[in-house]
Amino acid sequence: MPIRNTIRMPDPPQRRRAHASRSDLERYAGLFAERTRVMRSSAMRDLMAVTARPDVISLAGGLPDTSTFPPKAFAAQMTRIAQESAAEALQYGPTEGFRETVDCIVEVMGAEGMLPDPEDVIVTTGGQQAIDLLCKTLVDPGDAVICEAPTYPGAIPVFCSYEAETIQIECDGAGMKIDQLEDTLERLDIEGRRPKFIYSVPTFQNPAGVTMSLQRRQRLVELARARELLVVEDNPYGLLRFGGDPLPPLYQLDGGDFVVYIGTFSKILSPGIRLGWAVAPPPVMEKVVLGKQAADLCTSTLTQYFVREYFAEGRWREYIESLIGIYRGRRDAMVAALDRYFPPQATWTEPDGGLFIWATLPPYIDTSDLLAKALREDVAFVPGQAAYVDGRGRNSMRLNFSAGTEDEIREGIRRIGKVIDEQVELYGALTGERPAAPSASKSQPADGENVVPFRKTGEAGG
Amino acid sequence: MKVAVLKGGRSLERGVSLRSGARVEDALERLGHEVLPLEAEGDLVKRLAAGEPDVAFVALHGPGGEDGTAQELLEILGIPFTGPGVAACARCIDKVLAKHELRSAGVPTPDWFAFNETAFRELGAADALGDLEERLGFPLVVKPSRGGSALGVRFAENWFDVPEALVSAFSYDSRVLLERFVNGRELAVSVLGGEPLPVVEAIPRAGDSYDFEARYEIGRTAFVCPAELSGDETATVTEAALGAYEALGCSGFSRVDLILGPDGPQVLEVNAIPGLTDTSLLPQAAEAAGMSFEQLVEKILELALAPARA
Repeated sequence: MPIRNTIRMPDPPQRRRAHASRSDLERYAGLFAERTRVMRSSAMRDLMAVTARPDVISLAGGLPDTSTFPPKAFAAQMTRIAQESAAEALQYGPTEGFRETVDCIVEVMGAEGMLPDPEDVIVTTGGQQAIDLLCKTLVDPGDAVICEAPTYPGAIPVFCSYEAETIQIECDGAGMKIDQLEDTLERLDIEGRRPKFIYSVPTFQNPAGVTMSLQRRQRLVELARARELLVVEDNPYGLLRFGGDPLPPLYQLDGGDFVVYIGTFSKILSPGIRLGWAVAPPPVMEKVVLGKQAADLCTSTLTQYFVREYFAEGRWREYIESLIGIYRGRRDAMVAALDRYFPPQATWTEPDGGLFIWATLPPYIDTSDLLAKALREDVAFVPGQAAYVDGRGRNSMRLNFSAGTEDEIREGIRRIGKVIDEQVELYGALTGERPAAPSASKSQPADGENVVPFRKTGEAGG
Repeated sequence: MKVAVLKGGRSLERGVSLRSGARVEDALERLGHEVLPLEAEGDLVKRLAAGEPDVAFVALHGPGGEDGTAQELLEILGIPFTGPGVAACARCIDKVLAKHELRSAGVPTPDWFAFNETAFRELGAADALGDLEERLGFPLVVKPSRGGSALGVRFAENWFDVPEALVSAFSYDSRVLLERFVNGRELAVSVLGGEPLPVVEAIPRAGDSYDFEARYEIGRTAFVCPAELSGDETATVTEAALGAYEALGCSGFSRVDLILGPDGPQVLEVNAIPGLTDTSLLPQAAEAAGMSFEQLVEKILELALAPARA
């Protein structure tokens, strides 16, 4: 290679060229790791591309409302950082995160009755990275991972990318069915296998909106202890409670021996700052830190400084209270709209907190197809299939109530109700059955899918 | 030359169209053309008029772009465009209409029945479904009449699957067809300026059928091009494909999808504006014929500007 002794300005950058040919692609394909075969993008990718149109009322996202965060306070906090600690805030930080960030985390967890050892905490780039790092630490290809059915749709691609065998345990209105979990563990035992962890969102679950009962929480924790299994408790929404009494997190019940905890600032402050955390026993944490080092060295220093400033003002709980007020109104608006616009055969959950409602329709309605129809009415939701690894959930949907205004929610639900009505009526015309009784069994033979008896709130009859 | 690339739109194939469009834009730039990227939105006509392109490259898929709507506007504005004209697009996008045309022209296509939603809602068409078993047999395929992809396409193994499959299909269009299922090899013949390109065979990897997702994802479906066919098979398949292309009045380019069953080829549909993404079949067929993607794009432009459009 010729040595240049003058610095030549490079040519103006060219936009990267698209792949020239299919054979180029196949050349890349030959380089792909085995795991990319199971790294699947969402089945509804192209449908979802349409939901991004500005004229669509989207009940599909999971966005918290960041519109009421006071801009003046934000400006003041960032200004203080710039004036007082610019050099540090622009520098790398420790892999585990700053001690000051961890102090904020301990304060947040304390608000839900937990008292973690700061040494057990690692600051991550969002809660999502915590899921990734735990899989990286614990999962070999083919290992069993247990989660709820339905489960957080964003966890599935992580489990898949580590080639886990994902086993889903049904939920009802009281969360994961622990009896079914025990049966599954027995079965795995007989096969000589042990799941690497049991992933659960016990409080205001994404997507179902259900909360695990105290009794099941206790059983789950006892089970984990007796069998020496890890439970991964993902708790992004615990502080967003609009009604009912708080339940102790699994981490609190267990004391942190067999429960690994994942938290995040996304839903109580901002998802844009990408700050989450994991709490794990020291031997697990040691490996997680190594994984984090390899992944991105450290979490954003700048946003950790922001959180420090924000918490120093001492008004973070007030802000959560204001969010709770907003979300409660939106949940109420959505539930009222569901009552009014969804047909009697539909059921849905009525969460006491969080961001989501899960609605289940008659078994002959496929919500992916329904989405296509709904998009023509300029409204979107997440088809239930996205929350399962095995194609179940076809007649369910996830509805978000945190992102839109109450008017948008009412209008969105009205439009979805309209397209459901059309399908119910059409099915009636096709089968000669009048859509009368709320039922889970029409002429369609029951195949065991989605017979999840979530709390029924739609009015029966008709 | 100044080339407007029309892409996006509101159809469910918006994402595919954006990928096709981006790839075409790159090729046009490499060919030294001036590119005017245009998303099919409310101000399309205004921007087309203001941009004064020499020619429009239509990379739209699905209703709104592939059904003659955009082409009609381009004709009014007097801008030459790539691919088939208004009438051919309108025929291709509507599978029921296309099948009637094919049958009249003697091009083999599987037996079918078509129903409008109103027929079921208001005329009690459900009572006519009883004849299906006798006339088409099971399994049968239920699909929306309009829609370029496999969205909403369902197999009905027996009588009990039919209502649910119809509800799915009617989610995409107010007209659906029930078609006799033909078991055979899935083939696609791209036609460029009236000339057939090498035949592509789609072989699903996971064992199940060629679905929407597999269509646009590398590695989900194996494509073989040229397909391993005997000389006779190639001849009958190509003949059927050219017959379909002509019967529907296509020009410029199009892609004909067929099944090669025990009784020879059967044309399923003609895509007036086939995808031009990394994994699309027309570019693969062109490559097998020794044409680079740039050469393909240049040829498509030439055909659009040729004086005698069919």
